[in-house]
Amino acid sequence: MMSDVVRIEVDGREVEARPGETILEVLRREAVHVPTLCHLEGLPPSGACRMCIVELEGAPTLVPSCSYPVVAGMKIRSRSPKVLAARRMIVELLLSSHPDDCLYCGRSGRCDLQALARDLGVRQRRSQPRGTRRERDVSSPSIVRDPDKCVLCGKCVRVCEEVQGVAAIDFVGRGARTEVGCAFESGLNVSSCVNCGQCILACPTGALTERSYVDEVLEALADPDKVVVVQHAPAVSVTLAEEFGLPPGQDVDGRMVAALRRVGFDRVFDTSFTADLTIMEEGSELAHRIRTGGVLPMLTSCSPGWIKFVEQFYPDFIPNVSTCKSPQQMMGAIVKRFWALREQVRPQDVVSVSIMPCTAKKFECGREEMGCDHVPDVDYVLTTRELGELLRMHGLDLWRLEPEAADTPFGERTSAGKLFGASGGVMEAAVRTAHWMLTGRELEELEIGPLRGLAGCKELHARIDGLEIGAAVVSGLGNARRLLDQVRGGRKDLHFIEVMTCPGGCVAGGGQPIGTDPATVAARMKALYTIDRDAPVRVSHRNASVKRLYDEFLGEPLGEISHRLLHTHYHRRDVLK
Amino acid sequence: MSSANGIDSILRRHANAGRESLIPILQEVQERQGYLSREAVVEIGRHLGLPASKIYGVATFYNQFRFQPRGRHHFMVCRGTACHVKGSGKALEMLTRMLKLKPGQTSRDGMFSLEVVACMGACGLAPVVNLNGEFHAKVTPRRLAAIIAECRRMEEAEHVQA
Repeated sequence: MMSDVVRIEVDGREVEARPGETILEVLRREAVHVPTLCHLEGLPPSGACRMCIVELEGAPTLVPSCSYPVVAGMKIRSRSPKVLAARRMIVELLLSSHPDDCLYCGRSGRCDLQALARDLGVRQRRSQPRGTRRERDVSSPSIVRDPDKCVLCGKCVRVCEEVQGVAAIDFVGRGARTEVGCAFESGLNVSSCVNCGQCILACPTGALTERSYVDEVLEALADPDKVVVVQHAPAVSVTLAEEFGLPPGQDVDGRMVAALRRVGFDRVFDTSFTADLTIMEEGSELAHRIRTGGVLPMLTSCSPGWIKFVEQFYPDFIPNVSTCKSPQQMMGAIVKRFWALREQVRPQDVVSVSIMPCTAKKFECGREEMGCDHVPDVDYVLTTRELGELLRMHGLDLWRLEPEAADTPFGERTSAGKLFGASGGVMEAAVRTAHWMLTGRELEELEIGPLRGLAGCKELHARIDGLEIGAAVVSGLGNARRLLDQVRGGRKDLHFIEVMTCPGGCVAGGGQPIGTDPATVAARMKALYTIDRDAPVRVSHRNASVKRLYDEFLGEPLGEISHRLLHTHYHRRDVLK
Repeated sequence: MSSANGIDSILRRHANAGRESLIPILQEVQERQGYLSREAVVEIGRHLGLPASKIYGVATFYNQFRFQPRGRHHFMVCRGTACHVKGSGKALEMLTRMLKLKPGQTSRDGMFSLEVVACMGACGLAPVVNLNGEFHAKVTPRRLAAIIAECRRMEEAEHVQA
């Protein structure tokens, strides 16, 4: 029988490895630092950047550890002078065509290239970049591409194609002229890009960044004639601390609310409130579809990247998509169309800002469907990263602020709404409320294990009051594609499917702090589960403010006002694909 | 659209083709249309199950593919070694400036297009520029200016006749 461990030598130390593993996997497990620029955990190695080279005894050249399998008895030197000199040379060559404008770069301090230059001791420029600057692509409302800062590692291309199944970008041209771009060098805005921003998280440099609206928000805050209202998404409070150098998984909800007030927002609302509202509307919609023989399986509509994905790649599934607007847009609609009236402010004098873990939300708030009389329901979307920037600009130290509660009436939330921030959370919240709607009783065990965790596809088959319900949860659009193909192929056991664009859900959204790796995402998820475990109210239908909103304004779920403000319809979209 | 492009028959010939047929299909389509249009790329993508960005990426890797129809006056500038030594860089710069085109582009009015090729096998005549199949040997900036002026005169004459 073949032994399932082999021994290899690393820097004079004997370590164990499994056959088939790459050298890099072993080194990382052994906490040996190996820098990489093009490596993506979970995807096959590409071996493009060569940063991970190591010295292998007997090999004529340095070998890339990311793609070199271990062999029993091999002797590796991971940081010999030869290795370090080669790595430094690679960085110097990359820098030879890279602009020297770190001071003005949004990624400064969080840039892998900058860190490598610093760590490897690159202290002088030996060759000048060519003079011509290439044009930035600023066509997208969500993402800015700066080809000058691209090191052609290919991570964005691979995430877009292999994880998200979108393939809006690829390598264009050849040799020294190679660039990452869309077909026909068109702008991202007319491409099949769904604005998810996973490419930004993957990018080691400042070549991909979010389109910033910080200046617009500052301007609104300084305008005495405007009432500036802010909402924050469920997944932001568990990641914001990372922007300030803290380890992942800390919830700073109250401190963030305090900080938002200090920055000058007139009202701070919680998007988790409209997440609860979404559950009431979407749950009723699902029940209605099941009862009346409507189109099933119903697909969730919270994730704007996913919506654009359906519109362009799976238009035949548009009737399956819930007509509910996303929680962000529901909040936008009730703030401008209900709260503003009550406060006697004209909707056009309200500036509605939302803090999202998401770059696609920037696109969503500008959609034609998401407003009324040319007044958008949400004016500006800032990512978690931009909020970090805004707070740093104001010199606010989260840890010196006393936690504060969000404003009434849209600051009250249940932990079910909060769960929207993790893949499976919408479904878990929906199942809790559906059980109550169908049986009149609360679910005994609120925590639904099969819907939790990082897996890209999760399923739940349950019998509620004699009704067989099939539910599926997918995150990452590549997984969504596979599931939709199954449904197209005749799969009939599913009634409700939750789709989140980003792998793991909003905690891993494209607007989240740089450094979103699987361990970080798991820690962020755990923070949400802890909030849920300790919360006094854990089901959306017990949100008192949501109930009051129905009593005072909306009437009932799927009622006439709901229909006008909280629901919409989507259409087939033609893009270059 | 696709039938107007005439690529339907090409795709029919490659009925159950996979991605390995991409380059032959691109060549046949360019042969038929003179260039690769957006519509053609999207259509080929649909046929092979490949995204447009991927096809564009492959096609731009090779010099043989172009993405705009040729102009009525198509300039090919040789950038081979001999021509380079004899000053084809200057010739290309001159053409780029006078025609306001980059290599691979076609003017909006369809009058001119510019292309760079590696070697035309006429090294003894370097630097060489080929206009609509006709070789112009040992070109100088002044000579190129005269050639372009001649093209414009021809166009005007035709315009008056029409």
